[in-house]
Amino acid sequence: MSIDTLARVAQNQRSVDARPLMTARDVHVWYGPKHALKGVSLDITRENVTAFIGPSGCGKSTFLRCFNRMNDTVAGARVEGRIELDGQDIHAPEMDVVQLRARVGMVFQKPNPFPKSIYENVAYGPRIHGLAASQGELDHIVEHSLQRAGLWDEVKDRLQDSGTALSGGQQQRLCIARAIAVDPEVVLMDEPCSALDPIATAKVEELIEELRGRYAIVIVTHNMQQAARVSQKTAFFHLGEMVEYGDTSQIFTNPREARTRDYITGRYG
Amino acid sequence: MDATFLLLLACGLALFGYVLGRQRAAAFTARAPSWRAVHSRPGFHGSFVALAVAIPALLLLGIWAAVGRPGPSAVGAAIVLLAGLAGGALALRRLEPSFRARTWVERATMLVLLAASVLAIVTTVGIVLSLIVESIRFFERVPVTEFLFGTRWSPQTAIRADQVGSSGAFGAVPLFWGTIFIGAIIAMAVAVPLGLLSAIYLSQYASGIARRILKPVLEVLAGVPTVVYGYFAALTVAPAVRQLGLSLGIEDASAESALAAGLVMGIMIIPFVSSMADDAINAVPQAMRDGSLAMGATSSETVRLVIIPAALPGIVGGILLAVSRAIGETMIVVMAAGLAANLTLNPFKSVTTVTAQIVQLLTGDQEFDSAKTLSAFALGLVLFLITLVLNIWALRIVKRYREAYE
Repeated sequence: MSIDTLARVAQNQRSVDARPLMTARDVHVWYGPKHALKGVSLDITRENVTAFIGPSGCGKSTFLRCFNRMNDTVAGARVEGRIELDGQDIHAPEMDVVQLRARVGMVFQKPNPFPKSIYENVAYGPRIHGLAASQGELDHIVEHSLQRAGLWDEVKDRLQDSGTALSGGQQQRLCIARAIAVDPEVVLMDEPCSALDPIATAKVEELIEELRGRYAIVIVTHNMQQAARVSQKTAFFHLGEMVEYGDTSQIFTNPREARTRDYITGRYG
Repeated sequence: MDATFLLLLACGLALFGYVLGRQRAAAFTARAPSWRAVHSRPGFHGSFVALAVAIPALLLLGIWAAVGRPGPSAVGAAIVLLAGLAGGALALRRLEPSFRARTWVERATMLVLLAASVLAIVTTVGIVLSLIVESIRFFERVPVTEFLFGTRWSPQTAIRADQVGSSGAFGAVPLFWGTIFIGAIIAMAVAVPLGLLSAIYLSQYASGIARRILKPVLEVLAGVPTVVYGYFAALTVAPAVRQLGLSLGIEDASAESALAAGLVMGIMIIPFVSSMADDAINAVPQAMRDGSLAMGATSSETVRLVIIPAALPGIVGGILLAVSRAIGETMIVVMAAGLAANLTLNPFKSVTTVTAQIVQLLTGDQEFDSAKTLSAFALGLVLFLITLVLNIWALRIVKRYREAYE
């Protein structure tokens, strides 16, 4: 890793809100007979961007999808363990999955804008959750979300164009705008840049840095430089276990575990 | 000599040629210094000889049959067999390690496949041509405008000039209306909602077990012979519909009605609409569905706001295909819709359709030079053109939609 990146890692350690917003304790996931995640515990805060790294099939995306219960939509998936959002058990019967997902937004690996206009894509969440009382309010939410996602200037003159007509990078920022339009507390990002070119990737990474502090951000990435650039906390997963968790600077410069060291130095993965 | 026997004999010869060619090739393959020195495997050499026997023999046999000499003719049979033997002998002489039997066999295979598809197309073109020719003969007797825009259909022409009702009327509008009323309006009013909703249930809500049981059951509906639907329409649904009509105070509710035929046809089309809609819904990427669910949308919101709009072109295409099937459907309307060419909006009255009339016009002993029988071809041509346009239109929509998600 270059000195440059290290400097950024250090600089990223600024303080916002250190209380854990979400906590996971001893979380297991099975897909049918396959034990995909084996007893992982972790805290997520608004202060820090948390990165999940590890080779393919290590359980990092599976773990990410536990936080908004997206594994519920997978046939044959079973989740055990306790996950709390602001002290509430998200698997408790009184926890409504619709509200949970309004509070815990998600951005996917491949940009997946709906085949609707740019405006309607961003307005989707506010509409279904009834967040805007008037058209003017909805307009305001859409504009505000697009601005926060750094897309407003590029699309303000063509809000009625189809969201699928945008470039890949713009589509992904549209998906981020869509996710933050309902003002969630947590934003989960599942390899958000893996389908993007380097310039679009840089834009999304800048955006993540800007959103930090306002939302608790968890990002799954295959790209270790990206983890080092955007995150303050890193968790390394291997074969369904969380091998190591700590400050990003420590994980990348002085990992405690041999497996972590082997992975970040490119020995496997 | 019997043609069937000759055919079997030619096939036997080809088989013999295969064995012989294969043996010869196996022999020189075994003697070759390396397997690389022999271009083709022995099986290809055998197939080459077999083809060299079969193709000339079968071609000549085909020509012989087409020329129309079904009777026994020793000369013809001898020529067929000699052609096969000569082909086989020439092929056997060509076999050697460097001979490219594999290339030849592959080429011949391609030609056989091509011939099969060309045959299917040629037959269809022939059918269409015969439709067109007979229709032209019809339009020589009855003006096109009267046929397409006339509102009175009474195709009974008198045999003798002095009979009553000697002039037939060939205004086909009541038939077209009846066809559309039953096939495109009443049947679709049944099939589209039920088919679409069941597709949504099966693809989005049903558990694995429910889907595994319900989907095949639904598809069984598509396997019921249409004549059985016909009984059902005529014997069960039509009287019930008439009772309903009478109880609603409709005096002239008839025993055969547009509603009865349309309802049953709608039921028949449900699996078709449902499977087309299911395909369209499943073509919507999972990512789209996940995206909506992750926003906190419920399943029904996801279906209504994301999946249906995204799948709409595919669904519309499926409905158009279903319409084209419904208007070409015959058995149900023959048995349950009636033959009275009424131009009516009343679903309890009897109407008739293009297909029902064609059946009526062509069953029994007919002379094929009267306007009455020829009108059947004109009706068939119109029906063909309508379904053709519907199919092309539908397939185009479906195709463009598929491209959007690939």
